[in-house]
Amino acid sequence: MSDQAIVEKLKAKFSTEIIDVVEFRGETTVTVKKEQIVDICTFMRDDCGYNFLCDLCGVDYLGQVPRFMVVYNLYNIPAKQRFRIKAPVEEGVKIDTVSTVWGTANWHERECWDLMGIEFNNHPDMRRILMPADWEGHPLRKDYPVQGPDREPYQGRLS
Amino acid sequence: MGVEQPKTLGSGFITTSLDKLVNWSRASSMWPLTFGLACCAIEMMATGAARFDLDRMGILFRASPRQADVIIIAGTVTKKMVPVIKTVYEQMPEPRYVIAMGACASSGGIFDTYSTVQGVDEFLPVDVYIPGCPPRPEGLLYGLMKLQDKIRAERNTFGAAIGVGDVIHNEV
Repeated sequence: MSDQAIVEKLKAKFSTEIIDVVEFRGETTVTVKKEQIVDICTFMRDDCGYNFLCDLCGVDYLGQVPRFMVVYNLYNIPAKQRFRIKAPVEEGVKIDTVSTVWGTANWHERECWDLMGIEFNNHPDMRRILMPADWEGHPLRKDYPVQGPDREPYQGRLS
Repeated sequence: MGVEQPKTLGSGFITTSLDKLVNWSRASSMWPLTFGLACCAIEMMATGAARFDLDRMGILFRASPRQADVIIIAGTVTKKMVPVIKTVYEQMPEPRYVIAMGACASSGGIFDTYSTVQGVDEFLPVDVYIPGCPPRPEGLLYGLMKLQDKIRAERNTFGAAIGVGDVIHNEV
């Protein structure tokens, strides 16, 4: 099944959910609304053969509304095909977990929340995964100071 | 060691002070903990291997903190690693020494970031700092020899070992 055919199938089933479709250098990216992300992901897995979630990550577009984007990089192992789904998320708004669709999303969503502060509804085990358990803040946000909040940046040599 | 062979006692005797005897044994058998954090650990392994051969100085890596005298902080220390290093350090028997190997362990190095400790001396008493990124094995050897000098300059080591007074640390 070509990417084009998958986009057509998606459009036929989720016509109101799709915001944008971009094809660049053979990679297809579909931007969808976040409300039915679990249904869309289940459809991609069961009806389009994307049985593997390569990566789930967050993007911080500071200054834009909605601020965040959750990116799902899918892989169809038998057909060796890739597909990308993106869902915009406003700051302080939750998106549903897809850990029920692909089990690997559990840790990816923990990382996404840990570093970006994007929260996931119904997540089975929402704890920090990379930062220490008592850490405050989400360090990969664009407005997080790179040296941390408690220290001035390096000003160069004094002499 | 500063031993003398007094002529009156014959060649079967030497005289020395107890401090010097203790210092000699400590400086001649500094056992570092097998503990590496980043690329500095690769140089530390190279220093221990055949070409530079730490064993010839009586420096044998020990896999347990309870058998180690020295901990070489070889690499970048993240804030998440701090409790682990503290635990390992506290498990070492006294006297114990700390070497900060490389720019990261000494000052955070290039990692001026939220997740990195800006120098291991924020939570450990460091005896020797070794510059370099990473230091060559010669640098680590020099640092270890500096630590040996520091151990040899200590006074009342025997007394402290039997519970009389504290060790006096002298400038090298």
